Amino acid sequence: MEEEKTLKVQKIKNGIVIDHIPCGRALKVLKILNIQGDIGSSVSIAMHVRSRYGWKDIVKIEDRYLEERELNKIALVAPAATVNIIKDYKVVKKHRVEVPERIVGIVRCTNPRCITNQNEPLTTEFYVISKDPLIIKCKYCERDMEPEEIFENII
Amino acid sequence: MFKGKDIVSIKELSKEEINRIFEVAEEMIPIAKGEKKSNILQGYVLATLFFEPSTRTRLSFETAMQRLGGSVIGFTNPKATSISKGETLADTISIVDLYSDVIVIRHPFEGSARLAAEFAEHPVINAGDGAGQHPTQTLLDLFTVVREFGEIKGLNVALIGDLKYGRTVHSLAYILSCLDANLYLVSPSLLRMPKHIIRELKNKPVETDNLEEILDEIDVFYVTRIQKERFPDPTEYRKVAGTYRITRKLLSKAKKNSIVMHPLPRVDEISPEVDHLPNARYFQQAFNGVPIRMALLALVLGVI
Ligand SMILES: Nc1ncnc2c1ncn2[C@@H]1O[C@H](COP(=O)(O)OP(=O)(O)OP(=O)(O)O)[C@@H](O)[C@H]1O
Ligand SMILES: [Mg+2]
Ligand SMILES: [Zn+2]
Repeated sequence: MEEEKTLKVQKIKNGIVIDHIPCGRALKVLKILNIQGDIGSSVSIAMHVRSRYGWKDIVKIEDRYLEERELNKIALVAPAATVNIIKDYKVVKKHRVEVPERIVGIVRCTNPRCITNQNEPLTTEFYVISKDPLIIKCKYCERDMEPEEIFENII
Repeated sequence: MFKGKDIVSIKELSKEEINRIFEVAEEMIPIAKGEKKSNILQGYVLATLFFEPSTRTRLSFETAMQRLGGSVIGFTNPKATSISKGETLADTISIVDLYSDVIVIRHPFEGSARLAAEFAEHPVINAGDGAGQHPTQTLLDLFTVVREFGEIKGLNVALIGDLKYGRTVHSLAYILSCLDANLYLVSPSLLRMPKHIIRELKNKPVETDNLEEILDEIDVFYVTRIQKERFPDPTEYRKVAGTYRITRKLLSKAKKNSIVMHPLPRVDEISPEVDHLPNARYFQQAFNGVPIRMALLALVLGVI
């Protein structure tokens, strides 16, 4: 018991720290990275912590690095996130995620009558109409999607 | 600039391109009427793929092609084709593309014409994709207004009826606002134009449920059908439908030079007594589908 009270999140030796996630979105980030209980490396989450600019969430994952595609997905839920690469306990690289102009293959269209939802050999594609709040438009059916719908439909 | 171009969405056409289409369509009118003969599309094959029933759109495309000396292949009953065996649209398009020079597609799913355009080497013309775009309808509507008034800028156009589900009014509102018309959106509150469509309009439209209130300001009455099925309560439907009915009496209070348009088929939104008034333009409008489609076929095939 006593020990638990004083237990701190340990520094990670190698891995990533995803910082500056908007409050409440840490779990969405984990979902995007497809991290469930069984990845064999340690994951820690801090939710609603104080930062220079108010409140934020942080996710730390040991022995995991991110692909371009994953960075693009994180940008959709956490457009201001920084991905810090940790090597030997130190931040060796800082990567600011960015919402791309076109969102290709990482979001499903929310319109059930869209041709991209009909088993055709297509990759979804959206134009970014606005970055804040994030609004995207399907290249095929021209339907707009808003943040909540986008989060629900990340592939 | 048109050769090989796909006509998928009205949003992809510039003002200059629209003007060019209208210029050619104007020249096509005597040929569309059968008064002049033309063979400019001789040897060209149009494939019309109608995955959904349509009468006027399909017939006017076929007439357009044949009036210019071209020929037509296609189907109107997808059940009798390999599509019913589970072939993807992408495969159907790739194959039809090998058999034809230009493809016209009507399909129930939104974005299907975009898919077709991506898979076909030849130009694709969208003849309606679900609740999405129907650019040739939009062009013929606009052409009808332009022929009447010359200029769109400053015209007061009322879009009346079902502005929620009626796809023709969505694209039409978009293009009219790009060309600086003043839009009046007249509908029962249940059938108002969706916000995402209004958001894309250049100028803020007047929204009302009361046609009488704006009657004397309007140059163009664009009437659409209010479908009974949209209303949970039939008495509510009858009440509403009556309010937006265009009659001789109503038009007597409108501007003398105002015109009445309708994408057809109409049911009883426009009283038959209006057919013979100088304001009626809906049959002319339906005819205009032919020269517009002739112009598009000739332009995308690069013969003019
Ligand atoms: N070895 C480590 N293990 C766990 N977390 C770490 C480690 N090194 C740094 N961090 C965390 O990674 C984040 C970025 O660290 P950094 O030292 O770059 O902070 P910073 O200067 O505040 O960065 P920023 O300007 O991006 O907020 C911080 O939240 C920090 O607590
Ligand atoms: Mg910091
Ligand atoms: Zn879509």
